[in-house]
Amino acid sequence: MISDAPVIAGRPAPTGPPLVHAVNVMKSFHGNDVLKGIDMDVHTGQVVCLLGPSGSGKTTFLRCINQLETIDGGRIWVDGDLMGYADKGGVLHRLSDKAIAAQRRDIGMVFQRFNLFPHKTVLENVMEAPIQVKREPKKEVEQRARELLAKVGLADKPAAYPGQLSGGQQQRVAIARALAMRPKLMLFDEPTSALDPELVGEVLTTMRELADTGMTMIVVTHEMGFARDVADRVVFMDGGVVVEEGPPAEVIGNPQNVRTKTFLRRMTEGG
Amino acid sequence: MSTSAAGSGSPAPSAATVDRPGMIHARPVRHPWRWVAIAIIVVLVAMMISSLVTNPRWDFGFAFEIMQQTPVLEGLWKGTVFGTIASMILGVGLGVLLAVMRLSDNPVLRGVAFAYTWFFRAMPRYVLLAILGSLGFLYSQIRFGVPFGQQVAQSLGLSTDLTLFGFSWNDISSTIWVGIIGLGLSEAAYMAEIARAGILSVDKGQDEAARALGMSSGQRMRRIVLPQAMRVIVPPTGNETIAMVKDTSLLTAVPVLTELYYQAYLFGQRGFKIIPGFVAATLWYLIICSILMVGQSYLEKYFGRGFGAVPKKTKEKLMKIEADH
Ligand SMILES: Nc1ncnc2c1ncn2[C@@H]1O[C@H](COP(=O)(O)OP(=O)(O)OP(=O)(O)O)[C@@H](O)[C@H]1O
Ligand SMILES: [Mg+2]
Repeated sequence: MISDAPVIAGRPAPTGPPLVHAVNVMKSFHGNDVLKGIDMDVHTGQVVCLLGPSGSGKTTFLRCINQLETIDGGRIWVDGDLMGYADKGGVLHRLSDKAIAAQRRDIGMVFQRFNLFPHKTVLENVMEAPIQVKREPKKEVEQRARELLAKVGLADKPAAYPGQLSGGQQQRVAIARALAMRPKLMLFDEPTSALDPELVGEVLTTMRELADTGMTMIVVTHEMGFARDVADRVVFMDGGVVVEEGPPAEVIGNPQNVRTKTFLRRMTEGG
Repeated sequence: MSTSAAGSGSPAPSAATVDRPGMIHARPVRHPWRWVAIAIIVVLVAMMISSLVTNPRWDFGFAFEIMQQTPVLEGLWKGTVFGTIASMILGVGLGVLLAVMRLSDNPVLRGVAFAYTWFFRAMPRYVLLAILGSLGFLYSQIRFGVPFGQQVAQSLGLSTDLTLFGFSWNDISSTIWVGIIGLGLSEAAYMAEIARAGILSVDKGQDEAARALGMSSGQRMRRIVLPQAMRVIVPPTGNETIAMVKDTSLLTAVPVLTELYYQAYLFGQRGFKIIPGFVAATLWYLIICSILMVGQSYLEKYFGRGFGAVPKKTKEKLMKIEADH
């Protein structure tokens, strides 16, 4: 067995309460149970990769964390805040739209299809939320936005419209846009699966660099190399439950569950 | 080599003597029917011009004179142009509001928006304007306040009737304002459908991305969804505006007589030359609508920034709305 499993890529072993604490999360769409009791803890600074076949509920779980979907059962805490509800003496009260919007500010999300605002320039995309949501001074935000664009390798593109960029460039702008809110947690939903193969690398590099800065990340991905190198922990989901989880060397290198084995074999055969 | 049979079927790749195919200078396909069509059109246009020039009853000189008469110009500006602008502002503003209501989670708002659209789409504009013009017979005073305010106040022994503010309908009943209210209310029903199609045309991912950034529902609508919906909303709104220019001729139903068509008609009638009156009005309508079309193309460019063409499906949906107008 690997004795130093908790410490990977030089990141410290988790101490204290987890940043994301999900307990028995359940979600169904019109009677179709998609999440059947997911438990997951993610500590500050950790990178967790979510693997699993299509339809296993990975996207749904990610969307539940920042309340793009409301959960039917279980609880999700992010940084100690119960997401979506106020607990008043054991009775849950649904939070107002405004309060939920406030909870989302600290959670960045990167989508499979980028979802940049096409009518705004790259710089405006990055500046929009800090100015509109946090009411930060424009000058400060612009400076930060330019720094972030430089970090993702797009210092020369502030005036371009998203439609004028390649998919890889758009996804890097989307990462900068999320980071502009200074999130505590970043959620990635298959950030490279809509990209041409030759553009995947640049986005993964940006994400690696982000992980190296100590950002807490939950990444749904089919990129096994990324999961193996960057993740502290890999979680394999199937049919709405967590089937197997652990350090990447164990789950990817030596899977125990039959479903994990089948999935990984198919992944490596396919590409 | 003398194997001519083998070499004849396929292009010979070997010899340096054979040039590779160069630039193409092909003869274009001939379109003989195009020339026939052009000939027919030329003849028809010549016939039309000859009838316009040789028939003295057209009297274009008098038509140009009518176009420049002060009452006609006043009708043009204060009635047709101002009426169009004001009722479109009311129509677009109220229409977007109705569209947002129609798409909201609140069933009451949805119901109200649906009922509004249903009523005003069924109501002919001419009839609506006539009714609004005569509303003074029903309600001489328009008051906003507590429902049954008079009765409530009486039973409580108060001297007020709980009216917050009010005005006399008869003070405005024959003014352009009644016309604007009527045309604007009617227009809002059509604009609501156009705005709704526009909002629905925006990819759901846009709203989700904005939501994930912590934006409120109002911010998402104002800053992310509506600006993108505008690209789809503007072209049919241009058509609506042009239609509205023409519909201001219905203002006579109120009756509001300071309006282009009526004034031009009046001049023709007075000179016993009714046709030049129509010609004068027609020319002004053509001029106004041409200017509007130029403005529309600028707006389309502005709201199309960052985009390619409008998706075909959305365009078709909007054409359908236009068609049943
Ligand atoms: N809004 C929705 N309404 C109804 N069903 C939904 C909805 N969103 C997801 N589902 C269903 O939930 C199941 C899980 O979907 P989800 O997108 O979470 O899977 P996934 O693991 O992300 O798959 P993939 O790898 O294809 O992205 C699927 O069967 C899907 O059809
Ligand atoms: Mg998914």
